[in-house]
Amino acid sequence: MGEIKFMKGNEALAEAAIRSGLQGYFGYPITPQSEVVEYLAMQEPNHNYVLIQAESEVASVNMVYGAAAAGARVMTTTSSPGFSLMQEGVSYIACAELPCVFANIVRGGPGLGTIQASQGDYFQAVKGGGHGDYHLIVLAPNSVQEMVDHCRLAFELADKYRNPVMLLSDGSIGQMMEKVVLPEPIPYKPDKPWATTGKTPDRKRNIITSLYIQSEDMEKKNQTIQAKYQEITKNEIRYEKYRVDDAEIIISAFGLTSRICKKVVDLAREEGIKMGLFRPITVWPFPTDQFAEFAAQDRVKFFLSAEMNAGQMVEDIRLSVNGKKPVYFYGRQGGIVPTPEEILNAAKGHLK
Amino acid sequence: MKEGYEVVYKRPKTLLDKRMHYCPGCFHATIHKLLMEIVEEMGIQEKTVGVCPVGCSVFAYDYMDIDMQEAAHGRAAAVATAIKRMLPDRYVFSYQGDGDLAAIGTAETIHACNRGEKFTFIFINNGIYGMTGGQMAPTTLEGQKTTTSPYGRNVQKLGMPLKMAEMVSQLAGVAYAERVSCNTPANTRKAKKALKKAFEIQGKGLGTTFIEVASNCPSGWKCTPVESLDWLKNKVYPYFPLGVFKDVPAVKEEV
Repeated sequence: MGEIKFMKGNEALAEAAIRSGLQGYFGYPITPQSEVVEYLAMQEPNHNYVLIQAESEVASVNMVYGAAAAGARVMTTTSSPGFSLMQEGVSYIACAELPCVFANIVRGGPGLGTIQASQGDYFQAVKGGGHGDYHLIVLAPNSVQEMVDHCRLAFELADKYRNPVMLLSDGSIGQMMEKVVLPEPIPYKPDKPWATTGKTPDRKRNIITSLYIQSEDMEKKNQTIQAKYQEITKNEIRYEKYRVDDAEIIISAFGLTSRICKKVVDLAREEGIKMGLFRPITVWPFPTDQFAEFAAQDRVKFFLSAEMNAGQMVEDIRLSVNGKKPVYFYGRQGGIVPTPEEILNAAKGHLK
Repeated sequence: MKEGYEVVYKRPKTLLDKRMHYCPGCFHATIHKLLMEIVEEMGIQEKTVGVCPVGCSVFAYDYMDIDMQEAAHGRAAAVATAIKRMLPDRYVFSYQGDGDLAAIGTAETIHACNRGEKFTFIFINNGIYGMTGGQMAPTTLEGQKTTTSPYGRNVQKLGMPLKMAEMVSQLAGVAYAERVSCNTPANTRKAKKALKKAFEIQGKGLGTTFIEVASNCPSGWKCTPVESLDWLKNKVYPYFPLGVFKDVPAVKEEV
């Protein structure tokens, strides 16, 4: 049993990173995420990680690039406008296949938006965000505990696939305090023969680049990355089911909204409505086959995706369901968290 | 080797025996060679990590037999910062052009210098965007014609060319800042000396070292290599004077 604490989501994430062998953190303050860098700054004297408050998110993501390419276990965290600024660097990191962890503590947008929680960055997180064909592995925690658990998992997946991994969280989870069980600290010994640590006589020089100027080389690089994404899709899809076995209505949500939707399911069941929750934990890779299986079952009447945005994950559900059953959407925007009752009412509105 | 002859000049082993893509007369090739000579002479091949930019020298890693990273446009200073912090006993350098270091990457440059990041900037200032076909740079001289300043740089609209070595020498984190050139054998030898000094200061961990090379671009300047040397002498050095702007170790030794 690990140590039990009462912590803020952002602080728990920072502590989890330390306990996962964090060697470098590069970040820039932005609400509602700043507690991560504040916590790491406070803890810095007790640990050996490198911490730089960079001059911008542009600089911090490129510091992540440099440190990851030098073989270190590294992370940066930010919130929506900051992650937009990072996109060029994220694309370079994806192409150079550098393991690292991002956390986006999402706030309402577009623009400067609001500092309240939102899920409006789903498209940016799962469809690429920057230029070119690439994917991050994207985990969507829905509690402070999962901020911790997913942090450790994110570092492991990043190393396993030489791929950037993102925690798609939000301002509520970042700011809320909950009981959390912290894992035992692990020492981190990188095994990265490809890293630029200085050319030794026993090997050729290591080059970290995302430049392949010959079209044939660039296509080959893309094919390599795509093959990796297929492997990740085969191995790493994660999800949670709640009362779905006899469900006629499949309600779906990720992150914070999935917790609200558990309550929606319980309320519906009290009224005799057979509802269940299917929650993608990895939003990329997306549990497409699982949605398709629900759609193929006669008893399932429709799907409803509840999100804190204008309807983003619902598009992936529709692609998965492929027209076999209706897929509806209910969402709130601007930093407003929907209540269980309003989501239930939205679902009931589709009952014939 | 014929009897009675001795080797007075050779390619350093750290410089790969490859045909370079640089234009005839361009200083990039010279600076690459000087840099790799220093790495060989100091015996630091195993401890050196370079960062190349977006620009003509984006392929520097094709020629230097050391571990290297290719950075996004303007971000070499951020990348080099992180490498040096993660691997503090390595020799780290960024190799950047003027568009990279002094336009899109100005913030990264200034802040790395201000933090006193203990790596070496090698700043190739040729007053133009060479790779993209000769557009105006932050260092393009007053009145100088480029593809985006076809009537000459209008400083009323665009400001004066940025003097980076002078600027960064004002920052407390910078231990050494010098502007050199390679227009004559004498200046090339001085350039090598400056680069070596920068690496030695980096090895002692005294602060940021910044070597600006007043460089040329015969293709972008639309002239012959020889004419480019005249332009350097007559136009560039008067505005971008060669010399040492900051030498903290020397000051300390005097004290």
